[in-house]
Amino acid sequence: MSGTPPPLLEAFGIEKRFGGLTALSDVSLKIHRGEIYGLIGPNGAGKTTLFNVLTGLYRADGGRFQLDGRELSGLKPHQVAENGIARTFQNIRLFANMTALENVMVGQHMRTRAGVFGAILRTVGTVREEERIVHRAHELLAYVGIDRHANTTARNLPYGDQRRLEIARALAMQPKLLALDEPAAGMNPTERQALGQLVSRIRKDGTTVLLIEHDVKLVMGLCDRVAVLEYGKKIAEGVPESVQRDPAVIAAYLGTPRTKEETPA
Amino acid sequence: MSDTDTSFLKSRPAVWAGVALMAAALVVLPFALATVGTAWVRVTNLAILFVLLSLGLNIVVGFAGLLDLGYIAFYGVGAYAYALLASPHFGLHLPFWIILPIGAMLACVFGILLGAPTLKLRGDYLAIVTLGFGEIVRIFLNNLSQPVNITNGPQGISLIDPFRLGSFSFRDNQTFLGLTASGPIKYYYLLLVVLIAVVIVNIRLQDSRIGRAWVAIREDEVAAQAMGINTRNVKLLAFAMGASFGGIAGGIFAAIQGFISPESFVLVQSIMILSMVVLGGMGNIFGVILGAVLLSFVPEILRYTVQPVQTTLFGRVLIDPEVIRMLLFGLALVLMMRYRPAGLWPSKTRRREFAPRNGREGR
Repeated sequence: MSGTPPPLLEAFGIEKRFGGLTALSDVSLKIHRGEIYGLIGPNGAGKTTLFNVLTGLYRADGGRFQLDGRELSGLKPHQVAENGIARTFQNIRLFANMTALENVMVGQHMRTRAGVFGAILRTVGTVREEERIVHRAHELLAYVGIDRHANTTARNLPYGDQRRLEIARALAMQPKLLALDEPAAGMNPTERQALGQLVSRIRKDGTTVLLIEHDVKLVMGLCDRVAVLEYGKKIAEGVPESVQRDPAVIAAYLGTPRTKEETPA
Repeated sequence: MSDTDTSFLKSRPAVWAGVALMAAALVVLPFALATVGTAWVRVTNLAILFVLLSLGLNIVVGFAGLLDLGYIAFYGVGAYAYALLASPHFGLHLPFWIILPIGAMLACVFGILLGAPTLKLRGDYLAIVTLGFGEIVRIFLNNLSQPVNITNGPQGISLIDPFRLGSFSFRDNQTFLGLTASGPIKYYYLLLVVLIAVVIVNIRLQDSRIGRAWVAIREDEVAAQAMGINTRNVKLLAFAMGASFGGIAGGIFAAIQGFISPESFVLVQSIMILSMVVLGGMGNIFGVILGAVLLSFVPEILRYTVQPVQTTLFGRVLIDPEVIRMLLFGLALVLMMRYRPAGLWPSKTRRREFAPRNGREGR
């Protein structure tokens, strides 16, 4: 491994069982710095389960993973987050009754320090930090293109903007790896395209992206490398073009050439 | 959280005039009440104590969304801490400015003791455990008279010292500039100062990084964890902060009453405080104050009116005033559930929660 830098995220033989059901078996993957890594597979293939393992929500039954050379397996979600993995959720989990701005302010929680006494005494440091938080939150909302909705309650945002807000909130954590769980779900083609542009931009600005997506067209156009899961196993990995031609993948996921790509529920 | 609560403190002279007027009213209030009867000053003092308690509970229930039905235990801990350290019971007579922080710290420790095992519980289950905790504390207070007499059991502790600063005692009457200030009036001013401090602390906490983390946990705990919020610590902090406010209020209560017993720290009191928070508007500091003031005063007003009204109408007392109080109390809560489910003066976040959805929905 002399020439190439070590990968950002490395997972080795991840296993996850729910009772008798094996949701993931022996999944290994490497995500390199600065790439967009796609994770695709049919419904129930274990994509979100893998996500939940990698973000500490589930504890793996086997295997381990590390980010930037740091062992993260077995850590709690907030510790994983602290170490640099931020995520969005397949079924949007915003702080629904807080405003868009407040959501992004919460996202900055672990990158800021003010404690109880700072807050009560309203020290100069706390006040400054608070100003920075608000400023940064506006920046991030503008970055994902919804700053005009800064004071709108999250749950009243249009659906696509809720997805964008989740991304802004995750970016507020200054992650090394941004993990997006079906960010385009439920979007129309125009919104999907705009989302694709946003994701490319995030990568260009230096954040590595792990992307679960159902929309094959979006994944193929966006990702540098793609892994395909089926029944909890990784059946293919590589650049989109080669994965697309892989017979196993065609059989498992893309189906016959006549089939249109599924629209997610 | 940028609630309406604080924005009005920042702007507009008219509002400042209103605040000044309010302040003036609060300063004159005890003397006005004293002309009706010193009993009303005492009622007001108790009302302020309940406001303090509600504000403390509001941190746990309103901000962090943790249903706590044993909150009165912290009040009890604070009260007993004061009573034991400033009464003939142990022959200790420490000054209040030493005991109050001790009581707050002790309540804080109890808050963490309660919080730690209940971290994974939510909603109903948390309510049951906290309810049990409140009862455990009360039963301990009731029974810790043997084998070593610590709490003096059901007899309670009497002859508790009033607050004293040098030769200035809060219990005696005092005359300055021709005005006679009775003990309750002096305590009133003390309570007012404490109340203002507590309100400021609450507002500042609410608008801080910590306050946002509390609300985030209430909104979605999993998402909060994914944001890197250490939910365990932040929840414990809510319990600890809420409890220490209860501890301070308890200390003052002991000093004002001069006598405490486990009777004062029963489950009904916990429920009462929770009702104040819910009725006023969970999560909104000023709503909670409103709820506490209403629920403290209305029963007292009824106490003095129900009986005379019945005697004039029917010639005798048909229904025990105590019963009517509880009836009206229940009625108020039912009506509120029906017409203002988020409370009389809800926080913005709560109002949104109960408002009909007017945007496109997520899945």
